[in-house]
Amino acid sequence: MSDLIKKVTALLNDKTINAFIGYEKGSADRIRATFIRNEDQAQKLILNASCTQNLAGYLLKHEVKKLGKLGILANVAALRSIMQLASEFQIKDGEVYVLFANADGSLTEFTDFKSIEAFLETTDTGIKSEEQEMIAKLEAMTVNERWLFWNKEFEKCIKCYACRAACPMCYCHRCTTDVNQPQWIPVASHELGNLDYHLMRAMHLAGRCVNCGECATACPMDIPLNLLTYQLISPIKATFGATAGMKADAVYALSTYKPDDKENFII
Amino acid sequence: MEKQLKILKYSDLSKLIEKFRSQGFPVLAPVRKGKVVEIEQVQSLDEIALDVLLSTQSAKKAAFPKVEKVLEYTLEKSGTKQFPVDPADYKETILFGVRPCDASGFKSLDAIFGEEPKDQFYLEKKEKSTIISFSCPVSDEYCFCTSVGGGPGNTAGSDLQFTGISKDEILVEILTEKGEKLAATFADLLTDAAKDIDKSKFLADVKVVFDVDGVVEKTTASFNNSALWLEQSLRCIGCGACAFVCPTCACFDFQDEQNTKKGVRLRLWDSCGFSLFTLHTSGHNPREVQSQRWRQRIMHKFAYMPEQLHVVGCEGCGRCSRACPVDMNIKEHLTAIGEMVKV
Ligand code: SF4
Ligand code: SF4
Ligand code: SF4
Ligand code: SF4
Repeated sequence: MSDLIKKVTALLNDKTINAFIGYEKGSADRIRATFIRNEDQAQKLILNASCTQNLAGYLLKHEVKKLGKLGILANVAALRSIMQLASEFQIKDGEVYVLFANADGSLTEFTDFKSIEAFLETTDTGIKSEEQEMIAKLEAMTVNERWLFWNKEFEKCIKCYACRAACPMCYCHRCTTDVNQPQWIPVASHELGNLDYHLMRAMHLAGRCVNCGECATACPMDIPLNLLTYQLISPIKATFGATAGMKADAVYALSTYKPDDKENFII
Repeated sequence: MEKQLKILKYSDLSKLIEKFRSQGFPVLAPVRKGKVVEIEQVQSLDEIALDVLLSTQSAKKAAFPKVEKVLEYTLEKSGTKQFPVDPADYKETILFGVRPCDASGFKSLDAIFGEEPKDQFYLEKKEKSTIISFSCPVSDEYCFCTSVGGGPGNTAGSDLQFTGISKDEILVEILTEKGEKLAATFADLLTDAAKDIDKSKFLADVKVVFDVDGVVEKTTASFNNSALWLEQSLRCIGCGACAFVCPTCACFDFQDEQNTKKGVRLRLWDSCGFSLFTLHTSGHNPREVQSQRWRQRIMHKFAYMPEQLHVVGCEGCGRCSRACPVDMNIKEHLTAIGEMVKV
């Protein structure tokens, strides 16, 4: 029996948690989320290099919350999601029991936000090198080239909103896309409707995106839309000194005003 | 119509596409676009991805596109003037290289859109589409067509079906009058086939995993089994991926886009997986939680459609499961329903 199964079984038995969000084997070579509520179910838990999905989004799903006190197997992206969600008052300190799997397979437990913050400070939270290369390519383009690049990508979009559903930060009860009085974003998945949706979502994720990549992984049409929000990470850091998902009590850069904020980007 | 069997040479396929093009027919076929495969208009054979198992989206968009204009109007002092889209203007189209489960998917759509009041936008486009399906020499673990009455060589819904029977030869089955009419335009490329060709030898072996009648019966009886639907859907995040790639999902929405002078009315895909789908103006949502939406998805296909339209609303293509961001696997879920001892 793996350490993880032992640990989760113990947590369930001593009622520290009522349900644990982890990974199980999925279809073909896929891995999927699983919601463990008893010892039998705990046997399904697996942990390997393919377990990369950011599970933190489930912490806000109504029917998952109703399972009771939750535990979660968090990777770095999930830890950062939890920090960001905390800073947005979506998760309270001590509300969630967090297990982190180290590279050597050992487990670290986090019972409060302070310990997660301390851990993240010394952890690599950056964007993967392949993605950095893509961003560098995008940044090297002229405005017009970039515009054409994204328009070509958005042509494929079918507005299934899997990207939004998979994003841990897209938890709005009524997304701007769904608001119809007034109608900000055309509902149709046509050129303007797709473009407006993606620009709006990118703006809402500016300074909140924790670079987990779930949106792009979720996209059935293989649109690399994570690059859109990733590209906003460094300008926000450079301009406001803020990085999302590092502190539970962070104040959101784009909704606060400091007298010494740079204003050179305002046209 | 009695089916006719012919032989076509692989080496003549490009001539075939040229012939279609020269007659002015738009040809829609699977095209590789990076990791996705789209059904798109093609000009020549080399654009077509005949080796892929399934396109990412189904072929339904040929008759039921994601966005479709159904009306234009102007707003004038004297009142509103309407300019409806005339379905008679749709073009004769050839759907080439789709799979049997795509072709049979149109049967469900025919049943849905054929109900009164008949949906001319769909029906007319469908009527003007000639479907040339390719049977499946291979399948993958997501396919379960044989469990829902189809199969890798199922001809339902196809006008012509092509089956590769050797490196050089394709068996052509002429199945409908529409198919016969089209085949007449390339008769010079066809030779007679031996009557005793055993097509099944060239098809994928797709195991039957559940008894569909049992699944329909148990699904129909499970409306109040909240625990079942919750257990199956805990990881579902409520997007529209499954419905949008599905060959039989037919839910739609209407939206008017207008300025102060004129507007258009658009028909758009919608999905029962979205919470917004059933949200009332009052704020009340009769399907409050995701498990109820998952129940709707399964019950629509395996209880309501069999009851009302006498078809099962699923072709077993597995697209929904391949596209699902969180690996909801419908084959697995249906198998589990079929295996329930107590309903
Ligand atoms: S997941 Fe992909 S196809 Fe779906 S709405 Fe997002 S970008 Fe568009
Ligand atoms: S796109 Fe914006 S409004 Fe919509 S869910 Fe995401 S953050 Fe909220
Ligand atoms: S429900 Fe899934 S398996 Fe069935 S026809 Fe639709 S996409 Fe294919
Ligand atoms: S089953 Fe998958 S694709 Fe369908 S709504 Fe749920 S998460 Fe989205």
